[in-house]
Amino acid sequence: MPRRQPDTTMNRSIAPALALALAMALASSPVAAAPVRAVEPVPAGMVLVRGGIYTPLYRSEKEPDGVRVPAFYLDATPVTNADFLAFVRANPAWRRGRARALFVDDGYLRHWPGALALAPGQARQPVVNVSWFAAMAYARWAGKRLPSVAEWERAASAGASGPDGRREAGYTRRILAWYSRPTPTALPYVGATARNFWGARDLHGLVWEWTSDFNSALMSTDSRGAGDQDGRLFCGAGATEATDALDYASFMRSAYRAGLEARYAVPNLGFRLARNVRAAR
Amino acid sequence: MNPLRLSPTPRVLAAALLLLPALAFAGCQASRGEPVAESAADAPEVYAPEIRGSERAVITRAPNVPPPIARDYATRVIVELETNEITKELADGVQYQFWTFGGEVPGPFIRVREGDMVEMRLKNHPSSMLPHNIDLHAVTGTGGGAEVSLVVPGKQAAFTFRAIKPGLWVYHCATAPVGLHVANGMYGLILVEPRGGLPRVDREFYIMQSEFYTAGAFNAPGMQSFDLEKAIDEEPEYVVFNGRVGSMTGENRLQAKVGERVRFFVGNGGPNLTSSFHLIGEMFDHVYGEGGTDVSQRNVQTTVVPPGGSAVVDFVLDVPGRYTLVDHALFRAFNKGAVGILEATGAEDANIYAGQTTRMTDYAPAPSATGAAPSPAPADSARTRTSPPAGGY
Repeated sequence: MPRRQPDTTMNRSIAPALALALAMALASSPVAAAPVRAVEPVPAGMVLVRGGIYTPLYRSEKEPDGVRVPAFYLDATPVTNADFLAFVRANPAWRRGRARALFVDDGYLRHWPGALALAPGQARQPVVNVSWFAAMAYARWAGKRLPSVAEWERAASAGASGPDGRREAGYTRRILAWYSRPTPTALPYVGATARNFWGARDLHGLVWEWTSDFNSALMSTDSRGAGDQDGRLFCGAGATEATDALDYASFMRSAYRAGLEARYAVPNLGFRLARNVRAAR
Repeated sequence: MNPLRLSPTPRVLAAALLLLPALAFAGCQASRGEPVAESAADAPEVYAPEIRGSERAVITRAPNVPPPIARDYATRVIVELETNEITKELADGVQYQFWTFGGEVPGPFIRVREGDMVEMRLKNHPSSMLPHNIDLHAVTGTGGGAEVSLVVPGKQAAFTFRAIKPGLWVYHCATAPVGLHVANGMYGLILVEPRGGLPRVDREFYIMQSEFYTAGAFNAPGMQSFDLEKAIDEEPEYVVFNGRVGSMTGENRLQAKVGERVRFFVGNGGPNLTSSFHLIGEMFDHVYGEGGTDVSQRNVQTTVVPPGGSAVVDFVLDVPGRYTLVDHALFRAFNKGAVGILEATGAEDANIYAGQTTRMTDYAPAPSATGAAPSPAPADSARTRTSPPAGGY
């Protein structure tokens, strides 16, 4: 089991979440240096995402138009098979075949040739076939946490030159193009896509990613009885309640999240981790 | 409580109660405020007979239709569909990334009997990028089954519904954004045969119209991507039958024999355009309008098939020939692909169609009766006649 404690408040244990990721084949123009003064060094392998406002695709009338997202650190790339293998070696309870069925389904780490073995090339590929529970355990072990939907969307909405990629030509089209293709037989290595404004890669274009509260921003398959949540993702109702009926990429991420349960292991679903930014002094 | 809405178990009792006109009257009026049923036959009684045994559904790919159902009782019918995302040709030399039921556009034809209990098993292939689900218009229940069938890649789900309403129903993926899943090919037809069956015919075909919104223009070669703006503007590059240009032409043409009665199960996946479905050179003897169970009209030239809707038509092939299926919104047929051929072979019947009775001969109109004399023929009259008029054709 995980041995380290996260350095952040983790109050969302019931709300697993997945964020989705997609590929923007953004030209690898150099990222504009973010004019941000960090009060501490950015942790290795992570990038700083400045605070801002995230506007959920769906929200109730009682909710504000936007959600304030404080600054946070985010892994520059998704967790790899090699990373996850290190976690499994250190935590035998999370080996394939030993992990509890309550926490993982039959697909858990199915793509590994052995419980502690990787196939050639897998080390640098993003880990997939991991449940939300497994990702949460990894996060605790690593001293980090999963990003929330709001954080993930905040980071992933950046384009090449600014925090709002939707203003950049081709941004949405590239994301939809990635969503439109099936998952390749062999996943690319992490880090293959262009850096976005924050310096993160692969938020689009590689695999979908778990978020801490994937089933709280919307309904899950288990909570569809809840009032107006009914049917939002299905025929008809979705467009009338969404904040942006043209934001097809958000619809697709929402639908994907809605199809998940926390124990699912899915062949194109991985994760990356986040950390809080410590307040200055 | 409205006796018309009783659960299946006391159904017989409910039917008995309906024989009392006063009770039926009270029941209808009290609960719904709708027009009073004129007789028990009009009452919306649910047909939910005892289920005997189970079987796997026979499913077919277009243009084929499963055989009529021989059973005279209701059973549990297991239908398995797999969603997957595959690259196939939309036209010769034009590839498209389709999202499909069963690797086909349209999806398989499903045939069950009124009263059957249908167990719908939906599997999403592990290579899929996206979650998918299924909304069958034949389902009475939330979302047509969409909510309970949402499956992410590599997962499967099942749900069960009673096919209480006969008719020809569209099914489609209803995962957000629904229009996109439909625009990429996720639809098909399910026939719920009336308990007494359909009138016997000699051949049945499955034809489903839909349109595609490609970034490249019609027939632009190579891999084509979906164009969201064109879809929102409802300006497709392709309007096709059965998933591609040429699905029913050339070697793929439909074939039948003179004297046969032919039935078309016609659906429209859309996502946007209503079809003006027409068979050049034939008339529909019977049209079951909008895919319902009554013959709504006889002797029809063109029937309307809306997106998410259907129609059933039948006709007898009286003389041999090649009959062309079109969307009679004609630029769709001749510029965007909505053309198919039904070939009838057999003996001619000059009593019905004599063919050409006069050989091609010259035709010279008499001088206009309105007074204006025709202008003198130019010296090179032959060439003038064959030149296009100013502005071209």
